[in-house]
Amino acid sequence: MAKTTKGVSRRDFLKTTGIAAGTLVGGGLIGGLVGYNANKGNSSVATAPAEDHHDADINRGLMFFTKRRDFEILAQATERIFPEDELGPGAIGLGVPYFIDNQLAGNYGSNAREYMQGPFHEGGLTQGYQTRLTRAELFMNGIHTMDQEANKRFSKGFAELEGDQMDEILTDLQKDEIKMKGVSSAFFFKLLRSATLEGAYADPIYNGNVNMEGWKMKGFPGHQMSYINQIEDEKFHKIDPKSISSMQH
Amino acid sequence: MAKTLDKVDVVTVGVGWTGGIIAAECAKAGMKVRGLERGQNRGTEDFSLVHDEYRYAIRYELMQDLSKETITFRNNMKQRALPMRQLGSFLLGEGLGGAGTHWNGMTYRFLPYDFQIKSETEKKYGKNKVSSDYLLQDWGITYDELEPYYDRFEKTMGLSGEDTNPFWGKRSSDFPTPPMKKTPLLQKFEKAAKDLGYHPYMVPSANLSQPYENPDGSQINACQYCGFCERFGCEYGAKASPEVTVIPAAKKTGNYDIIFNANVVEVLKKGNKTTGVRYIDTQTGEEVIQPADVVVLTSYMMNNAKLLMVSNIGEQYDPATGKGTLGKNYCYQIEPGATGFFDEQMNTFMGAGALGMTIDDFNADNFDHTDLDFIHGASISFVQSGSRPIGTNPVPSDVPLWGAEFKKASIENFTRTLDVFGQGASIPHKHNYLSLDPTYKDKYGVPLLQMTYNFTEQDRNLHKFITKKTVEVMEKMGAKKTEGGGPLAEYDIAPYQSTHNTGGTTMGNDPQNSVVNTYLQHWDMENLFVVGAGNFNHNSGYNPTATVGALAYRTAEGIQKYRQKGGSLV
Ligand SMILES: Cc1cc2nc3c(=O)[nH]c(=O)nc-3n(C[C@H](O)[C@H](O)[C@H](O)COP(=O)(O)OP(=O)(O)OC[C@H]3O[C@@H](n4cnc5c(N)ncnc54)[C@H](O)[C@@H]3O)c2cc1C
Ligand code: SF4
Repeated sequence: MAKTTKGVSRRDFLKTTGIAAGTLVGGGLIGGLVGYNANKGNSSVATAPAEDHHDADINRGLMFFTKRRDFEILAQATERIFPEDELGPGAIGLGVPYFIDNQLAGNYGSNAREYMQGPFHEGGLTQGYQTRLTRAELFMNGIHTMDQEANKRFSKGFAELEGDQMDEILTDLQKDEIKMKGVSSAFFFKLLRSATLEGAYADPIYNGNVNMEGWKMKGFPGHQMSYINQIEDEKFHKIDPKSISSMQH
Repeated sequence: MAKTLDKVDVVTVGVGWTGGIIAAECAKAGMKVRGLERGQNRGTEDFSLVHDEYRYAIRYELMQDLSKETITFRNNMKQRALPMRQLGSFLLGEGLGGAGTHWNGMTYRFLPYDFQIKSETEKKYGKNKVSSDYLLQDWGITYDELEPYYDRFEKTMGLSGEDTNPFWGKRSSDFPTPPMKKTPLLQKFEKAAKDLGYHPYMVPSANLSQPYENPDGSQINACQYCGFCERFGCEYGAKASPEVTVIPAAKKTGNYDIIFNANVVEVLKKGNKTTGVRYIDTQTGEEVIQPADVVVLTSYMMNNAKLLMVSNIGEQYDPATGKGTLGKNYCYQIEPGATGFFDEQMNTFMGAGALGMTIDDFNADNFDHTDLDFIHGASISFVQSGSRPIGTNPVPSDVPLWGAEFKKASIENFTRTLDVFGQGASIPHKHNYLSLDPTYKDKYGVPLLQMTYNFTEQDRNLHKFITKKTVEVMEKMGAKKTEGGGPLAEYDIAPYQSTHNTGGTTMGNDPQNSVVNTYLQHWDMENLFVVGAGNFNHNSGYNPTATVGALAYRTAEGIQKYRQKGGSLV
């Protein structure tokens, strides 16, 4: 089926980076979220979940990351990609960092259903994923690269940077201007961006899209049995979303 | 030592649409049929938790496990072919029903012109319209000859549609069920197309407009427009798929069974006949031989070609000399399109896989190509298949792809964007072909199939032409801002484009330029049949499965004839 025209993203991905660099600077709101345990009580706190949400978050935790520092870098990067704004929560508030952590601990992280036999060679631009690194390795690699880059440029860890400083590094990753081992930084950025959107909008059973807030912002009703009685209506339907978990309970 | 099973009359490799149709028809005719399927059993009752975009549409739950087998790919012969490590450009099926479980169900018959493309083009535009680098070829069969089989396949599915398209070939009967609902969004497209003087019609849909019992007694339910259709199984049994139609029909006869976890690795032969197949039981690792009087390859066009190659049946195509037929004429599809941004919110998340409208005014030779630098064309459609939030993040091209502005724009436009797209024909080129990879192997030690493919000059010219048309339609639909897709670049294996891969085991009436005859019987091996879109000599401006299914029905008839008389069917 033809679905490629959805979004303008695919080949423009690299082309539009120049614009991204210019327009993203100055993320006032987000700057305030930087650092450990900032904004207590705010839904956008990535770390120390247990301290803030004792009851709600008992089923949530780190399955992949062992170092809080790495997780915090991931969290801040996803928040820059999908920031909190007047429409609603950003990546952190939506639980995206946990979503990614949990995914990295499973089949996604180990590329279990993908062809990972060698020999490995650097592929052409049209040959897709060719690194020998699994996604789990790739994320660790990328996170450490971001941190090193932050230290090099600003003498601070990535998670302690100002928003526009983070954006500078993310933009250079996207433009493939930062060297990474075993993979191009543009490739890592693409993966990070996709994973962020997946966490924002996947069914909440995967620990992102907290409280279906991602769907609510977007006007997506999640799992509905049927639209046969509405699909002929001219008017737009605002429907309370439902998770697929409602089919099991 | 391999274990040897009792002989059956007919064995199919794979149980999707093609394997299911062969099974139903041969079993009804009294033959003992066995399906060997490397995936798992599944059906309607397994799809109650399927409304999960991440698992099914993004992580490809129902599709091929590439850790076991994939293909390798390169754009041209100078490049090193590398494995397709993740699914992307196309989504291979696996398990009962194959890709027919998670298809959209847009079910178009090809146009009469398609089957005689070479002679028609030469007749109308002369011998030099197309350079000899393009391996244009007639199919050895006409639309009228194939019509009865299209008719049977449509009746098996209960296809929903309306016979109002002036460009179609003659139909022997009307659609079995009326068209789907013409929603306000479809009407927007219809009106725009009509205003421009075109001829819109409802997409023939295998998501059924009403409940239907097919001639085999299988029941298909009414579509609920649930919006989780393509890439998903249908929890209502409302999408015509092999599991709800031909497979139960085959089982009902008592002449059919399926062995799952059976990965076929070789077609066995003795002299100029096949004796059966060898497979690996993927749970035990054991080798098993399944003897059969007739072997039918129904394992999708890629594996059909690969199995012939690894079994040394037929002559591999060589692009340097032009000799050999196996692997030749690999074609794909191009997808020019336009995105329209609107002010008002629309119910874009409601839909069904084949809920749409199409025009054929720029498809095939329905318009004059005298002054154009390409042949054939594209269907142009608007389809309301149900947008989902991970996959659909439309932003105008001047918006960055992440950050505050992206978030705002992608959220705003989720319910305010529509797409008009073309499915463009793909004309075979001498440098686009399939072969065996010299380096990479599947889990069972068998070489991977190698694909050498890039878009051609013809593709680029057609793409440009159709993009313009889609922009015009979208503007007429009232978008406040319309953006046409950029020019066609190199073919890229990573982003999803279409699972409309064709060629490699082409059909025809001359063994010099085809792999199988018009009953899809192998030219070199009379009891071996090869069924799928691999038989296409080029790809048309539509989805392929109506034609694949029609050819499968014709093959089943051929197998019955062969069982009675033996020898070549042509
Ligand atoms: C998302 C999506 C949407 C689509 N939408 C449409 C549409 O709207 N209209 C349309 O016309 N077409 C559509 N298609 C294409 C359509 O699904 C295919 O054309 C059709 O299903 C092919 O049927 P098949 O029997 O040839 O192969 P498949 O359905 O792929 O079946 C082949 C089977 O063989 C098995 N197999 C493969 N190799 C082996 C082996 N070595 N041993 C044992 N078993 C093996 C596989 O596991 C599989 O089950 C779509 C495809 C996809 C993925
Ligand atoms: S849209 Fe219709 S046919 Fe498709 S899955 Fe939903 S109910 Fe089934």
